Amino acid sequence: MRISERTKQYMIAAVLVIALQTQTANAQTDADAIMMAKNNFCVGPMYGYGSWENYWEGTYKRSALNLGTVSSQMVSVMGDYGITSKLNFLFGAPYVKTKASAGTMAGTDGIQDLSLWLKWMPLEKTIGKKTTYAVYGVGGFSTPLSNYEGDYLPLALGLHSTTFSGRVIADIQHGDFFATASGTYTLRNNITINRDAYYTTSMHYTNEVDMPDMVAAQFRAGYRTNRWIAEALFDYNNTIGGFDIRKNDMPFPSNNMDWTSLGVNIKYNFKKVPGLSLVGGSNYVLHGRNVGQSTMFNGGVFYIFKMSKSAATSHSCKLCSK
Amino acid sequence: MKKIFFAIALTTTVGLVYLGCSKDIHGRTDDLPALNPSNIDLDAGSWKLVLLSRPDSFVVAAPAATNLPGYIGELNEVKGLQANLSDDERDKIKYWGAGATLRWNEIMRELVAKYNLPPYQNEDGSYPAPNGANPFAYPQFPFSNPPYAARACGYVSAAQYDALVACWYYKKLYNRPAPYKVDSTIGANAIAVKTDLPSYPSEQAVLAGVTAEMMKMLFPTEIAYINSKVDELQTATMASGACVRSDWVAGETLGRQIASVFAARGRTDNTSKAGGTQAQWDSLATATAAKGEIPWHSLETPARPPMLPFFGNVKPFLFDSLTVKNVLRPGPPPSTGSDEMKKQTEEVYSYTSNATAENLKIVQFWADGAGTFTPAGHWDAIAAEDFVKQNFSEVRWARNFALLNMAEMDAAIVCWDAKYAYFNPRPSQLNPAIKTLTGVPNFPSYISGHSTFSGAAAVILGHIIPERADAYMAMAEEAAKSRLLGGIHYNASDCKVGMDVGKNVGNYAVQRALTDGAE
Repeated sequence: MRISERTKQYMIAAVLVIALQTQTANAQTDADAIMMAKNNFCVGPMYGYGSWENYWEGTYKRSALNLGTVSSQMVSVMGDYGITSKLNFLFGAPYVKTKASAGTMAGTDGIQDLSLWLKWMPLEKTIGKKTTYAVYGVGGFSTPLSNYEGDYLPLALGLHSTTFSGRVIADIQHGDFFATASGTYTLRNNITINRDAYYTTSMHYTNEVDMPDMVAAQFRAGYRTNRWIAEALFDYNNTIGGFDIRKNDMPFPSNNMDWTSLGVNIKYNFKKVPGLSLVGGSNYVLHGRNVGQSTMFNGGVFYIFKMSKSAATSHSCKLCSK
Repeated sequence: MKKIFFAIALTTTVGLVYLGCSKDIHGRTDDLPALNPSNIDLDAGSWKLVLLSRPDSFVVAAPAATNLPGYIGELNEVKGLQANLSDDERDKIKYWGAGATLRWNEIMRELVAKYNLPPYQNEDGSYPAPNGANPFAYPQFPFSNPPYAARACGYVSAAQYDALVACWYYKKLYNRPAPYKVDSTIGANAIAVKTDLPSYPSEQAVLAGVTAEMMKMLFPTEIAYINSKVDELQTATMASGACVRSDWVAGETLGRQIASVFAARGRTDNTSKAGGTQAQWDSLATATAAKGEIPWHSLETPARPPMLPFFGNVKPFLFDSLTVKNVLRPGPPPSTGSDEMKKQTEEVYSYTSNATAENLKIVQFWADGAGTFTPAGHWDAIAAEDFVKQNFSEVRWARNFALLNMAEMDAAIVCWDAKYAYFNPRPSQLNPAIKTLTGVPNFPSYISGHSTFSGAAAVILGHIIPERADAYMAMAEEAAKSRLLGGIHYNASDCKVGMDVGKNVGNYAVQRALTDGAE
């Protein structure tokens, strides 16, 4: 019947969408250690592309011949506003399109989830001439912007869950080099799907699905100046609970989806046009469970609007504004 | 600054606590009230049987009188259970108290969904087949696909019905009152709804015995799970004050004996030959090509053998095999090379390339594909939730499910007969540009299984609950249409003809209902 199609969808939804959102840009995102200055508003479009041919069915790595290569494209608007230099408000809203290269299953497209974050830097301390420490707290919220279906992975746009997340980030900058570590807990609301009953490890006579929470950790390190940022990052994502895709079964929104990935990001701030920057990055899933082994690329253009004359600095990065 | 942070922290905490508390999920049938029949159907022992020739084909010995020491001891056992009820046992009493036919049907649907997984391919691109003689080897037996599931539900429900008719026959014959009628202390503590229905043999026990034996045949790897449910039901029924041990033992024995009649039929009803061989699959394609038609082929990679191509030869319940081929089989679909077929294919393409959110919802609601309880299970779920509101007796629950599920099984037989008689390709085979909104089933297109199952179900359910007849027919029409909207069936040939054939099958069930003595 139509086993393998859904399996792939899951991956895209989980890995592509989540991963793209959290590391779309290396500048002024919810996961990095960079703040916008007060009254500055940085905004711009991002494009992301990810694809995979193999996925993990539980712990078993396999291909999905009836889907071929599952790909996902995302166009997103992301923004960061400096309420103060120590408190930023960030948002992102992507349009997503999924596709399978083989088999008969149609892909889907539509507006996915709105994400909002408040990012707070309670502590920033410079020791000596070259070393700065900082700690951040980030509160996140995301909710579907359209009535897309979270079932039918991996071609679904996303998981359709409203989430709340809390993150702690610690950062150290020494000269032109930095390292950042963060940990995130994401609470996920139950979702409803377009059917009245479903089987996980037992039968459920309801259209409501209990979504397990997630924890994530990220480590990133690299070179960071006013002009350039180049970094490598390692991601760890773990769904607390959930269940494995059974042999040749479809994926399901409440599967246990874990993955680790490795990526690089680059950002360049233009010299002649203060406030304009280009970002780009790539990411590869090293290992996973009930997710696809995605390779992702993204790029974007951002511009900083000064919302008041008092904000004199054109550069927003507090840590590297030497 | 601190105020802002405090506000954020507070909001987040309150939000998290609220969300954390609201995650519990309740199934729609989790909290049903106890079965409280509006009519105990005391004369159901005379209703028309399916396979048994007489309700007393299996002898149930007369019970001991309720004033003898042995029975008094059995009452004490019930009192002991009632004196030490744990919360878990109370939950189980409440669960099973909603009706044992209902709960066994839910368990049945669970097993169907669990085993409804197509096998994964071998290294060489061939596919392994489940083997009933070695059920634990991968792929586990059975692959509970739609025809298998419909047949499984048909056998279980028909066997439950015959078993309960026999049960009611003996209940009336021996007229032993329930424990809560005999002993007022049990009556005071009884959690069961008190009725005048005699308790020997216990109807819950009859259902446990007959269902367990049938399920062991149909799902041989689940014996431990099935037995645990039997034990659970026994404890719950006795602790509820509804039966004593001898009521239970007599009932369970009777149920298991009656199951043996149905199991024997099941082993010789041609299901074991329904899978066919490579040579037979090839000959289906060759014969279709010889007629000048494009033969169906699997759209999966690697190509998968057709699903149960000879299921049309399985012996039905409501009519004989000649009726399947000579009366109920529809005429041929339009030729694959005809303008009509081209037109119908274009219609499918136009729906899939302009899918609205509402259409997608319909496709997904009725998809009932791999890993689900299949269309037959879907109609059982619809029926079950409506039956709850009707306050049927346990024997009438069984009778109505037997009518529904015999119709579903026979609809599967008639539908599969047509599918392999004509071996008609799917829309995506005739036009690869058609991308489907749900998975393409791995069997020929003509006629639509969903439409056939749904037409049959709507007709018999509309007879059972006439005030819902229009609603059932509207649901069936939507289920049929969902296959067109999803891009996996042609409308005029597959969906419409499927509905008509399904309704014809349903009418056989109605004819039986009119003459089985229950109306």
